[in-house]
Amino acid sequence: MNKQTPIDIDRAERTEKLQGMGCKRKRVEDIRFTQGKGNYVDDLKLPGMVFGDFVRSPHAHARIVSIDTTRAKALPGVIAVLTAADLKPLGLHYMPTLAGDVQAVLAEEKVLFQNQEVAFVIAKDRYIASDATELVDVVYEALPCIVDPFKSMLPDAPVLREDIKDKMVGAHGPRKHPNHIFEWQIGDKDATDAIFANAEVTIKEMLVDHRTHPSPLETCQSVASFDKIKGELTLWGTFQAPHVIRTVVSLISGLPEHKIHVIAPDIGGGFGNKVGAYAGYVCSVVGSIVLGVPVKWVEDRMENLSTTSFARDYHMTTELAATKEGKILAMRVHVLADHGAFDACADPSKWPAGFMNICTGSYDIPTAHLVVDGVYTNKASGGVAYRCSFRVTEAVFAIERAVEVLAQKIGMDAAELRLKNFIKAEQFPYHSALGWEYDSGDYHTAMKKAMDTIGYAELRKEQAAKRAAFQRGETRELMGIGISFFTEIVGAGPSKNCDILGIAMFDSAEIRIHPTGSIIARMGTKSQGQGHETTYAQIIATELGIPADDIMIEEGNTDTAPYGLGTYGSRSTPVAGAATAVAARKIKAKAQMIAAHMLEVHEGDLEWDVDRFRVKGLPEKFKTMKEIAWSAYNSPPPNMEPGLEAVNYYEPPNMTYPFGAYFCVMDIDVDTGVAKTRRFYALDDCGTRINPMIIEGQVHGGLTEAFACAMGQEIRYDETGNVMGASFMDFFLPTAVETPHWETDFTVTPSPHHPIGAKGVGESPHVGGVPCFSNAVNDAYAFLNAGHIQMPHDAWRLWKVGERLGLHK
Amino acid sequence: MIPGTFEYYRPDSVASVVALLAKLGDDARPLAGGQSLIAMMKTRLASPEHLIDLSAIAELHGIREQGNDIIIGAMTTQHELIASELLAKYLPIIRETSLVIADPQIRYKGTLGGNVANGDPGNDMPALMQCLDASYQLVGPKGEREVAARAFYNGAYDTALQADEIVSAVRIGKPVAGHGYGYEKLKRKIGDYATAAAAVMITMSVATCTSASIGLTNVSETPLWAEAAGKALVGTQLDEASIAKAVAAAEAITNPASDMRGPAEYRTKMAGIMLRRALERAKSRAHG
Repeated sequence: MNKQTPIDIDRAERTEKLQGMGCKRKRVEDIRFTQGKGNYVDDLKLPGMVFGDFVRSPHAHARIVSIDTTRAKALPGVIAVLTAADLKPLGLHYMPTLAGDVQAVLAEEKVLFQNQEVAFVIAKDRYIASDATELVDVVYEALPCIVDPFKSMLPDAPVLREDIKDKMVGAHGPRKHPNHIFEWQIGDKDATDAIFANAEVTIKEMLVDHRTHPSPLETCQSVASFDKIKGELTLWGTFQAPHVIRTVVSLISGLPEHKIHVIAPDIGGGFGNKVGAYAGYVCSVVGSIVLGVPVKWVEDRMENLSTTSFARDYHMTTELAATKEGKILAMRVHVLADHGAFDACADPSKWPAGFMNICTGSYDIPTAHLVVDGVYTNKASGGVAYRCSFRVTEAVFAIERAVEVLAQKIGMDAAELRLKNFIKAEQFPYHSALGWEYDSGDYHTAMKKAMDTIGYAELRKEQAAKRAAFQRGETRELMGIGISFFTEIVGAGPSKNCDILGIAMFDSAEIRIHPTGSIIARMGTKSQGQGHETTYAQIIATELGIPADDIMIEEGNTDTAPYGLGTYGSRSTPVAGAATAVAARKIKAKAQMIAAHMLEVHEGDLEWDVDRFRVKGLPEKFKTMKEIAWSAYNSPPPNMEPGLEAVNYYEPPNMTYPFGAYFCVMDIDVDTGVAKTRRFYALDDCGTRINPMIIEGQVHGGLTEAFACAMGQEIRYDETGNVMGASFMDFFLPTAVETPHWETDFTVTPSPHHPIGAKGVGESPHVGGVPCFSNAVNDAYAFLNAGHIQMPHDAWRLWKVGERLGLHK
Repeated sequence: MIPGTFEYYRPDSVASVVALLAKLGDDARPLAGGQSLIAMMKTRLASPEHLIDLSAIAELHGIREQGNDIIIGAMTTQHELIASELLAKYLPIIRETSLVIADPQIRYKGTLGGNVANGDPGNDMPALMQCLDASYQLVGPKGEREVAARAFYNGAYDTALQADEIVSAVRIGKPVAGHGYGYEKLKRKIGDYATAAAAVMITMSVATCTSASIGLTNVSETPLWAEAAGKALVGTQLDEASIAKAVAAAEAITNPASDMRGPAEYRTKMAGIMLRRALERAKSRAHG
C-alpha cells in the first residue's frame, strides 16, 4: 500500500483547490441561469427601441402579384414597412448563404416555402407590429409545389429557383437540373462497383434520416442599433459564431468591419440553429440604419420551427458488400439531400454535404464510394448540424443501420459483426477509404466494456424467451436491443480543408493575468449552454496553477474577444480548448523566466509543481504563480517587457474522433405502438475529460435529443407544402417524464495531437443515440421479418408496422 | 404568437358577468383558466375584443354535496379536483382523469368549467361528464338553465352555450358505492391531448355487469357517449366476446381527424384499446 507523505498531501490539497481538469466543478453560469438572471437578447431594452415583425407567405410556392402596404402604414404606431422593393436598391433583397447560394431576405417575385418572409413591419410596439402584418395586402398566384425530393429533378418538375435558372454551374460544380444544387462524389467508384459485382453478400436499404429541427428554447432574435453620427452599428443577436456574423454584415452592408460591434449575450440553446444568418437579422439592421433607432426582432415559436434552419432530410441508399462470414469489403452510398428552397447549409465552405464521408464509421472498410445530390424543394432552407458535427448524425445512422441489416441477412449477432469489422487499436492513425485520418481509438475495449456492463449475452437470452412467449400469445410486448458504435469527427478544422467564406477554421484564446494573480480569458467561441465559463477556466487552472474561481471567461463580444469561428460541430474544446492550453503555456514559459529571476537560479533549475515553480531538489524554494504575477507587473527581469498575457490562434493539425458504444433495451406494446425504453447505456470516449459532470450533462442532453429525433420529432409537410405541427403542441420535445433514464460510462483514449488530449463530447450522444434507438426498434420486430422500419418511430407508425405484419387481432 | 388588442374585465359576481356579456355582445369572451383560450388568442384563432376574467368570482369556486348530487363550481381548478376528499370518496374517476390532463402547472390554472365549456374535442372532461351523465348549469340574461353533458356538444367549439351565458357549475349524481371506474388515455407526451381516451363506469352484481357507461375523448368533433357500447356490456360477465362487441360498437361511432398523433384509422383503433384497458381496470375495482 502506498503511504502518502506530507508532501503528497500538500500537493493534493493544492491541486484540489485549483478545481482544474478532471474536477466535477459546478457550472458557474448556473448561478445566474437558475435565478432568472441571465441576460438574453430579448432582455435588452434600449431607449427609443422599435419592433419588427414579418408578413409571411401562406403558400409553399406562389408568384407575388402585388404587395400593398397602404393599410398597414396607416395603422397608428406603424413606422415603416419594408419589402423587397425597398431592399433591392441596396442589394439586400438577397443575402449570401454559407453554402455558396443566395437566400431571399424578403421575397421579390416568388415565394418558395410556407411562412417565407415577404415584408417586414416596424412599429413602436410588438403588438402593433403584429397587428399591422395582417394589414399588408399581398396578392399571390399559387404555383404547383415540390414537397417530395425524389420529384425535384423530374423533367416536368416546376422550376423553383427562377433567380438562378440559367446558372448551370453552382458553387460546387455543374447542376443537372434547374432544381439540382450540387453533386458531390468521393471514393473509388470503379473499385467499389467491382467488389459489389463479385461479393458473396450484399445489402441495400434506403435509409431516411427525416427532416427535423434543432428547436432551441430561445428562438432566434436580434437587436440592431445604428449610430448615424459615428456611423457605427451594434448588433446583439443569438449568434453561435458572432465574429463570422460581423464579417458577413460588413461584406453585405458595406460598413467597415471595425465599425460593427457584434454581441452575442447569453444564448438559450443553439444546436446548430443559430449558426446561419436569417432575414430577421438583416431586416433589423436595415431598419435601424434607415430609421436611426434600435430595432428589435424576436422570432416566435412557430416562426422558429417553420422558417429557421431545419436539420437532416437525407435519403440515403446504403449498400454493403461482405463475405458470408461477415467481413465488410465495401460500402456504396447515394444520398438525395433535400435542402429546401435555398442552400443554406451551415457546413465548412468546401463541404456541400458536410462530413458525410465519415459514413464508413468505426469499421475497417477498405473500399467505398459516396455520391450526394442536393436538390431544391418548397420547404424552409437549412440543413444544419443539429447537435452533431456536419452531417455526421446522418452518416452514422447510415452505417449503424446498415451493419444491422447485414448482420440479420447473414444470421450473425450484430455486436459480433461489429467486433469483427472494427478498426483495430494498432491501426491508428487510420486512413479511411473516404479520406479521413482517424487520430486515435480503441474500439474493441470500449465495445467489450459496454457489452459486459449491460449484460449483453443475458439480454439476448431474455429476448429469445420473450419472443417465444410472444409467439405463444402470452405477451403483447416485443423486446428490442439497440446497439450503436459511432465515431464522430469534430473540431473543424485544419485550414487545408476547412474554411467558412474563406476564413480558416482556427479558434482563439487570449489570457491575461492581473497583478494580483486573477485572470480574464477571452475566447473566439460562444457558449449556448455548454458551460464554457466553467470548463475553459479549468484548463487554465491546471495549466497555470491559478484557482478556477479566480478566472473569468468572456465570450461573445467581437470588440473584446479575439477572432474565432464560433461554437458548433463540437469544435470548442478541440480548437479553442487547444488555443487556451497553448496560450497558457506561453504565459507559463514567461512565468518560469520571471521565477528564475526572483529565485536567482537558472530557468532550467526550476520545475513546475501544481501552482508554482520550485527549485529542483529544494522544494522549500519556490514562487507561486500568484507571486510571479505580481512580480511581472512590479519588477520584471531586466530587458523583459512587463505584464503576463498571451494570445493564441490555434490551427488544428487534424480533426478529433470521439467514439462510443451505446446500448438500448426497449419494450414495445404491439397494440398501441408505444415504445418504452427500459435501459439506455452510453459509453463515451472523448479523450481527456475536463469536467466529468459537464460531460455527463452533455451526454444526457444529447441522448434526450437523440431520443426525440428517433422516436417522433419531425417537421412534416402535407402535399401542398403546408408545414405540419410547427408548435410545441405537435412537435415532439420530450419532457422529463418521457425521457428515459440514462446510464453513462467512459473510456479514455486521448487525442495524440491535441495539447491536452481532449476530443469534444457535446454531440457524440446525439450522433450515437439516434441509430441506437432506431436499431432497438428495428431489432424488436426483426424476428418477424419486418424489413427496415423508417424513423421517426412514433406510436402510430409502429402500430402500422404491426398492422402490416398482421400482429393485431 | 402575439394576441390582438382586447379590453380586460375582472368582475366579482356572476350577475356582473351576465350584465357585461349582455352589453358587449359577441365580441366578448369569458376567461376561465385560459389554458385553451389564451393559446388560441396567441395564434389569433380567437380575437375577442373583450375578455371577462371569471377568476375573482367566489360563487364559481368550490365542491359540495347537495343531496344525491355533487356540485362543482365552474372555476374549480383541476388541481382542486385532484385534492378534493369529497371527490375521492364519491367520484374517484375525476381525480384519475385530472391527473392525466397536461402537467401540474397547467392544472393549477385549468378549470373544470373552462374544460367543459370550450367545446375543444381534445379536452378530457367532456367525455367523462358524458360518461357520468353530468349536467351543466348555465347562467344568462334569462336566468339559469341546465343542459345535460350528453346534449351539450354540437361540434368542435360549438356547444349549447349561448354567447351571453356562462357555465356556472357542473352537477353530477353520486354513483353507487362499489362501482368500477377507469380513465385510460393514450398521449404522446405530458401536456398533449389524447390520441384517444376512454372513460368507463360500471357496476357489477357478483360477476354480472349491471350498468355500464362509456365516454370517448378526442376521436370525433365532439366528445362521444358510447351508448351502444355500454349496452353491449350490461347483463354480461364482461367476457371477451362481450368486450369485443362493446369495442366494435365504440369504434363504430368514432370519426377522428388525422393529425400528428396519427391517422384516423389508428386513432379509432386506439379508442378501442383504451376502452379495453379502462374496462379492465374498472372491472378490477368493482365490487358488488
